[in-house]
Amino acid sequence: MRDSTFKGALSDRTARTFMGVLFGATLLVTLLNQIFPPDSALHVSAYTVTLLGKYLCYALLALALDLVWGYCGILSLGHGAFFALGGYAMGMYLMRQIGDRGVYGNPELPDFMVFLNWQELPWYWHGFDQFWFAALMILLVPGLLAFVFGWLAFRSRVTGVYLSIITQALTYALMLAFFRNELGFGGNNGLTDFKDLLGFSLQSDATRVGLLIATAVALASAFVLCRWITGSKLGRVVLAVRDAESRARFVGYRTEHYKLWVFTVSAILAGLAGALYVPQVGIINPGEFSPLNSIELVVWVAVGGRATLYGAVIGAILVNYGKTVFTGVMPEAWLFALGGLFVAVTVFLPQGIVGLVSQHWERLRKRFVKTGDTDDTPAAQGEHS
Amino acid sequence: MSALDNLRETFRRDQVFDFMRQGTRAVAPGQLDSGAGKNILYLEDITVSFDGFKALNDLTMYIKTGELRCIIGPNGAGKSTMMDVITGKTRPDSGTCFFGQTLDLTRLSETEIATAGIGRKFQKPTVFPEHTAFENLELAMNDAKGTWHSLFTRMSGEQKSWIEETLAQVGLLDDRHKVAGLLSHGQKQWLEIGMVLMQKPQLLLVDEPIAGMTRQEVERTGELLQSLAGKHSVVVVEHDMEFIRSIASTVTVLHQGSVLAEGTMDQVQNDPKVIEVYLGE
Repeated sequence: MRDSTFKGALSDRTARTFMGVLFGATLLVTLLNQIFPPDSALHVSAYTVTLLGKYLCYALLALALDLVWGYCGILSLGHGAFFALGGYAMGMYLMRQIGDRGVYGNPELPDFMVFLNWQELPWYWHGFDQFWFAALMILLVPGLLAFVFGWLAFRSRVTGVYLSIITQALTYALMLAFFRNELGFGGNNGLTDFKDLLGFSLQSDATRVGLLIATAVALASAFVLCRWITGSKLGRVVLAVRDAESRARFVGYRTEHYKLWVFTVSAILAGLAGALYVPQVGIINPGEFSPLNSIELVVWVAVGGRATLYGAVIGAILVNYGKTVFTGVMPEAWLFALGGLFVAVTVFLPQGIVGLVSQHWERLRKRFVKTGDTDDTPAAQGEHS
Repeated sequence: MSALDNLRETFRRDQVFDFMRQGTRAVAPGQLDSGAGKNILYLEDITVSFDGFKALNDLTMYIKTGELRCIIGPNGAGKSTMMDVITGKTRPDSGTCFFGQTLDLTRLSETEIATAGIGRKFQKPTVFPEHTAFENLELAMNDAKGTWHSLFTRMSGEQKSWIEETLAQVGLLDDRHKVAGLLSHGQKQWLEIGMVLMQKPQLLLVDEPIAGMTRQEVERTGELLQSLAGKHSVVVVEHDMEFIRSIASTVTVLHQGSVLAEGTMDQVQNDPKVIEVYLGE
């Protein structure tokens, strides 16, 4: 059994390995980008830096989903909504930072509002010129929505496929709402043309590298947080809720509270991922709420392997790398490939890539280390360590 | 009565003040009141019907504190419904159901009943399959059940040794790090009894504990249940007559939702009504 304190989660081997690989790769890319001149063969372009940053945002989002799906058994098909809300909160801050450098040169109103002949800033745009306020909203808005939504859903004991459907409806409804110009979030076009973040120009290489590092730090922190949660007694209760909810309720746990807790924490992490994503890609529009995004997200986690945390991260990075390559070569076939991948993983690899690798690893280890070690029993494998 | 009389009553010299008397203090509302020699469970005139079918029909039964009681009856006699009523899963249409003399079970939620001290072992073993035996007991432990508490809590040495004691009691100490899904059927049943014990129940409801067990396991289970009586009150629902004879002091026979006979195994077995509906077949 792992040490169940936060310190314990920080120092356990999985978390250390994870952080080592993550920070190692980030540092390498940073150095290659900053040290070598653009014409050198070893130079990593700003495009690649940003692409990597984007993957890490997706990885953070996948991590958030793994927490609710892999550990708590809640298949949310609407996690993209929390991601997008975090992204919009960040986008609003970036819009306010443009100031009078917009096309219409209005110091107060973003361009799209001037275009719509609005005279003053809607009340909900106030405060977003302050970074601390935007940062608070990035966590608060997705968290609050998840809390209210989850409170209603889990209290009424909506589970399984019904819950998946209403989460899907949630993100779809938000997409339709955000498409409307009257809502005041830029409608169809969303928020874009960002200039700078905390005074740093978003176009400069240094800022891009900075954002990559920030994303890596966020991902590592979220990973340690999730390791801590899943290693604590709360994690064991959540797992019990996944496997035998009525039994857990009977033992005396308010299972709806546990689900709500995990769902809300997960939504906050998803919001954070969205907020880091937006300055790197330079736009946020209602398309991010599209149900398809949330479903793709589920595929990443399934491909990587559920209930391991690092599986979700690996899955997100691999599938998105595949997507980058594939859409470059044959864009029209990508969705078919994605669908095929999901079917293949579900049928042949229920534990995902991580499960496959660890199985082979076990087999190899058994072949080469022929000892009567009792740790090889399935009991030791079942400890999710 | 005048104020003067009140004063006189208060200062009577042939008795002490009420608050100084020990042992007769009234039980605060919400606390269990079930001293030795009293009853722990009072079921009176309970009726439950599903779509017109009366699963329980004016059932009246009392369980004494510390007793080991067996309940038998043919299929559909209302044994499981009775357990459901006690644990709050089913609400009776009429009748009263008291735990001790103060707790009205018909007004408490399932969770509240479980915390008040009624533990139930289900017919089908439902342990947490992905957790080890040790973790199963940890989850079942009688501890604060809130989310934040669960996040920050660390197991104390006392709790750890309590879990190990319980594992030893149900005979699973050697398999404590085995995943529960891989335990044998009998071991799962014991693990589940252990889980119920971790809630420190006053009253233990055990639903068909020996179904599907080997002979050795049956013997072991009988010993376990007998060792639990006294410290806890135990109610066992079972079909196997031989098993009941080997463990029970008092047997209650249910038939069509009400009590047909009650007494020792011999008395019950010789009761002509019982022979007619159940044992004679």
